[in-house]
Amino acid sequence: MAFKLTPGQRSAVRVLSHLLCLAPAAWLLYLAITDGLGANPAEALLRSLGDWAIRFICLALAVTPLRQWLHWNAMAKYRRMLGLYAFFYASLHWLSYVVFDMGLDWPGIIADLVNRPFILVGTLAWLILLVLAITSIPKLIRLMGGKRWQWLHRSIYAAAALAVLHFWWMRAGKNNFDEVWLYGSIIAALLLARVVFRVRKARLQHVVKS
Amino acid sequence: MQTVRSAVPGAISTEKQTPFQDASSYNNYYEFGLDKGDPVKNAHTLQTQPWTVRVEGLVNKPQTFDIDQLLKLSAQEERIYRLRCVEGWSMVIPWIGYSLSKLLDKVEPQGSAKYVEFVTLADPKTMPGLRSGVLDWPYTEGLRLDEAMNPLAMLAFGMYGHALPKQNGAPVRLVVPWKYGFKSAKSITTIRLVEQQPGTAWNKAARNEYGFYSNVNPDVPHPRWSQATERRIGEGGLFARRNKTLLFNGYEEQVGQLYAGMDLRKNY
Repeated sequence: MAFKLTPGQRSAVRVLSHLLCLAPAAWLLYLAITDGLGANPAEALLRSLGDWAIRFICLALAVTPLRQWLHWNAMAKYRRMLGLYAFFYASLHWLSYVVFDMGLDWPGIIADLVNRPFILVGTLAWLILLVLAITSIPKLIRLMGGKRWQWLHRSIYAAAALAVLHFWWMRAGKNNFDEVWLYGSIIAALLLARVVFRVRKARLQHVVKS
Repeated sequence: MQTVRSAVPGAISTEKQTPFQDASSYNNYYEFGLDKGDPVKNAHTLQTQPWTVRVEGLVNKPQTFDIDQLLKLSAQEERIYRLRCVEGWSMVIPWIGYSLSKLLDKVEPQGSAKYVEFVTLADPKTMPGLRSGVLDWPYTEGLRLDEAMNPLAMLAFGMYGHALPKQNGAPVRLVVPWKYGFKSAKSITTIRLVEQQPGTAWNKAARNEYGFYSNVNPDVPHPRWSQATERRIGEGGLFARRNKTLLFNGYEEQVGQLYAGMDLRKNY
């Protein structure tokens, strides 16, 4: 998009977007302190953080299609930020499972990972996000080189797929798939948009060449 | 409601009761929505008057009871039961009602009757949850006849000194304290004595997760929730420690003999 921001406006947008991304965490913290999380606060916190993790995965995945289809290149800067917030909420989600749901009962947690595949799948998704978060430090990006970095960071697609699988498996016990469908279709659409864009681009290049 | 203290062994837990606020706002009642906060918001539409319960099947005296008749059928007892949900949480609830056996005795089960099927209300006009295909409506449950005749198995009409809130299964529900909560069917309309093991709502939805018996058992794991421990609702907030779950939810002395010689891992 063509409009230009002054440096002051740009940093204001930056601060504002951080505040927006942190708002769900702040709200949950407020509810936790004021006893506003309902009858089962640990469960409410765990689920809400999981919801926000998958929402931020969707937002991070939406950046590239927005850039490609709307030529909204200014969005590129936000991809890293949104991805890191996805990692932030996924980490809080995982931590609240370990601390509040399991009470740091490590043998119990290990038994869970073995016996309940949906927890293993969720943990794998989080581990991928962890690797991506670490390798998004600018120094490491340079060290790795653009090609290798890009190759590694495509594993966000795997993390997104695992997150949906985790959600689906968790909800399967209750036959309650509405939200799984919602996030699953958003992620599928965002991945499909990339494929369609590539195919069209390849075709255009072909036309130009011949 | 006028009540007498129950004389049934094991019927009065001395544990700290769950606050009424929690017990009446954190409910699984899928007919009124999938979220545990939904029933308290949506169940106001439930019509509990007039209400009848049909008791039929392999009985000598099939009969349709009006809810007022049922309320007076036996002395209303207060019983304080632990409630263990398959999701890994538990409550302690003071129910009002009487043993299911009091009603079953009235209709005289025949010798061929082996199981009791419970059918609950499925009214699309008042129950928004029926639009979802999550379960095969109406919600049905079942017990073996000897389980149903155990004095701890209870028909409940009230809790915390008052009539049941609609979200808790008004006007009459089952409470089977040694089984996971979903066995305790809400808003019952028909009780049927049958020879074959009846299908039950959750068993039909996910056979490998929810068995017909569904006795509380810390040694039989569930694919979704650890059954070894539980969180007591209303205690300790976010940092509440999980307690160890007891076999038959701590009612082994009263109900253990029902399962003598049975492989509880197979008959989960």
